[in-house]
Amino acid sequence: MATQVSTENVEKTIYDGLVELGTERDELSREASLEDLDIDSLDLVELAQIVEDEFGVELRGDDVKDVKTVGEVIDLVVSKAA
Amino acid sequence: MTRRVVITGVGAVTPLGVGAQPLIERWAAGECGIEDGFGRCREFEPLDFLSKKEARRADRFTQLAIVAAAEALAQAGGEDGLPYEAHRVGCVIGTGIGGLPSLEEQTRKLIESGEKAVSPLAVPLMMGNAAAAAVAMRHDLHGHTYGVVSACAAGAHALGDASRIIRAGDADAVVSGGAEAAITGVATAAFGAMEATSPTGISRPFDARRDGFVMGEGAGVLVLEEKEAAEARGAEILGELLGYGATCDGFHLTAPQPEGTEAARAIGLAISDAGLAATDVDYVNAHGTSTPLNDRSETVALKAALGECAGDIPVSSTKSAIGHLLGAAGAVEAIATVEALRRRTAPPTVGWEEAEEGLDLDYVPGSAKPIENGDGPLVAISNSFGFGGHNAVLCLAA
Repeated sequence: MATQVSTENVEKTIYDGLVELGTERDELSREASLEDLDIDSLDLVELAQIVEDEFGVELRGDDVKDVKTVGEVIDLVVSKAA
Repeated sequence: MTRRVVITGVGAVTPLGVGAQPLIERWAAGECGIEDGFGRCREFEPLDFLSKKEARRADRFTQLAIVAAAEALAQAGGEDGLPYEAHRVGCVIGTGIGGLPSLEEQTRKLIESGEKAVSPLAVPLMMGNAAAAAVAMRHDLHGHTYGVVSACAAGAHALGDASRIIRAGDADAVVSGGAEAAITGVATAAFGAMEATSPTGISRPFDARRDGFVMGEGAGVLVLEEKEAAEARGAEILGELLGYGATCDGFHLTAPQPEGTEAARAIGLAISDAGLAATDVDYVNAHGTSTPLNDRSETVALKAALGECAGDIPVSSTKSAIGHLLGAAGAVEAIATVEALRRRTAPPTVGWEEAEEGLDLDYVPGSAKPIENGDGPLVAISNSFGFGGHNAVLCLAA
C-alpha cells in the first residue's frame, strides 16, 4: 500500500532520498537549487524510483527536465498525485 | 624521431595495502596478503577517498582505480597536475570483467522485485570502461580514453596500448593500468566449477604442489609520459616502458598452448620492440598464476624466448603475495616490476618450496635477492596471459 501523498510526506521522502544519494542534509531546503546541490539527471531518475516506490507516483524524465529547486520537485510529486 | 615512454607516477590498491609502496615493500619482505583463500583489499575503505556520491556511482573496481590513479597522478604532477593540454592526456584502463558485483546485485533485484527495481545506475556501474571514464572525469582528461577487456592480460594490454598512443604522437601522457573487483558469488563459483582456482586457497606459483590460482582484487595505475616532455618539465622518472609484445594462442578458450609458442613470441616481440636482446633481461616478473597448466607452459615459453640465459635470470610471481588480480594483474605487476628494478631486488615467489621436473628456473625461493648487473639501468619483462589465449608482455627498465 503506497504512503498517502501530502506535502509533508513527500518532503520527507525526497529529503531522505537525496541524502541517500549523497547530498548533505544540512544543505537541503525547498529553495535549494538542484544545480548547487550537484543533483543531476541520474540523481533525478533515482529519486523518481524512490518516489514511485513510496507513493506510486510515476515521474518520467520529461516531467523533471525543467525543475530547478528541491521545492519544485516536491510540488511536482504532490500535483502528479492529485 | 622515435618517441619514448617513461613512467612518472605509480599508484596501487592491493591485498598488501593502499599504495604502491606497501605493495613492493611487503612483497619484497616475503609477506602475503591472502587470507582465507582470497586476496581482498581489506584495508581499502572507499569513503576514506571518495564522496558518498562518487562511491555510489562507482562499482568497486572503479573505486579501486580512482584511488590508484589519484596516487599515481599526485606522484607525477604534484598539486599542479600534469602541464599538458587536457586533450593530450588519455586514460586507458583494463579490466577482466568490469562491474560484476553491480551486475549480480541488479540481476537479483530484477528477479526478486521486477524490472522497476533495477537501478538507473546499473549500466554505468557495470560497464567495463567505467574505471577509465571515472578517472578521466575526475582529472579532466580529454585524450584517448577507453577500457581494455582481455581477461587476465587486460592490465598489460592497457599499458601497451597506452605506450603506443604516446609513441604514435597522439598523446603526451596517458593514465593507464588495470582494475578488478570480482570476488563475487558468481565468479567464485564459476572459476571453481572450471577447477581454475585453488581448492586449498594457497597461491604457490611454480611449486610442485600448486593447485590453482587464488582470486584477488585491486588496481594498479601508472602515469606514462613522452620521455622528452617529462624530462623538459623536470619530472622524476621512475622507469621506462621500453617495449610491448602481444600475440594470441588461437588454441583454446581457457587452456594455454602447452608449448607456449605464442607466449614466447610475445616475450621476444617485447624485447625486440625495446631494441634489446634476451641477454639484456635482468629480471622476469612472471604471470605465474599457480595453476598447473600456466606455470608449466610459461616456463617452457621463457626458456624458448630467453634461450641459454633463462636459467640465470631471477623469475618471480607477484601472485604468490597477492593472488591473481585478473584484469588488474598486469598493471599491478608492472608497478611491482619497476619498483623491484629501482631497488635492484628480485622479490621472492612467496611459499615456493618444492621443485617439479621441468620447472627448473630460478623462481627466487625463500627471500628477495639482489639483481646483479653493474650500476646501470636494469631491464625486466612482465608477462600477462589471459583466457582466450591473449598474451601481453611488457619490457620495462629502471
